[in-house]
Amino acid sequence: MPRPISPHWQIYRWQIGNSLSILHRATGVALAFGLFALCYWLVSLAGGQRSYALALKVLASPIGYVCLIGWTFAFSYHLLNGVRHLFWDAGYGFGRSQRHASGWFAVLGAFVLTLGVWALIWHAAP
Amino acid sequence: MSLRSPLGRVLGLGSAKDGTAHWWAQRVSAVALVPLTLWFMISLLALPSLDYATVRIWLSFPLTALLTMLLVAVLTYHSYLGTSVVIEDYVHSAGTKVASLLLLRFLYVLVGAASIFAVLRIALRS
Repeated sequence: MPRPISPHWQIYRWQIGNSLSILHRATGVALAFGLFALCYWLVSLAGGQRSYALALKVLASPIGYVCLIGWTFAFSYHLLNGVRHLFWDAGYGFGRSQRHASGWFAVLGAFVLTLGVWALIWHAAP
Repeated sequence: MSLRSPLGRVLGLGSAKDGTAHWWAQRVSAVALVPLTLWFMISLLALPSLDYATVRIWLSFPLTALLTMLLVAVLTYHSYLGTSVVIEDYVHSAGTKVASLLLLRFLYVLVGAASIFAVLRIALRS
């Protein structure tokens, strides 16, 4: 017997709360692929100089860079919004203005963290 | 008057049959990941270079190896908990759902074990 599912998404007004919720799940799924990349990087490092050189070549390719920058943003957002969720779980931050402020903080903070990390990387090795 | 059966009251479980174990595990692993991921990111950024010799030496320090293995283990667990919920939410036919959850579980065990084995190979060799 089919179980009840949630009301149709069409009846909800699009707003920051649900957008950020979807983004949390999307960045989580993206980070799952990042975990596979981390695993490949570690295994290639254990495999020796040749396999590690190949892994660096793959990761430093144009597609590799797009993925790495994407994962940096996904990680930053998932971290900040995850902490936001932990505050909610502890019972804090449910007010309308608090929800909006913490939501925007997570989004802007993720952009700032991503820019900061990549500024550091490019500053060290232009 | 409670509408719950005596057995349901004793077990303390809802209609999902597994209580809040999944929810709790997701939160506990999230809290553990905050320091672990930040430590990993900052350590990598602080390395003078990501070439083979530098990263091998860094990963062969006992503390680095231990924390990296913890990171990979908790990351794999947290990511598995998250992506399995995504499959449960969006895959509706029972057969495909069970098959993809099984495949996902095997994939995560493989990724986690391969990563930890790679760190052990590096840490125990030197």
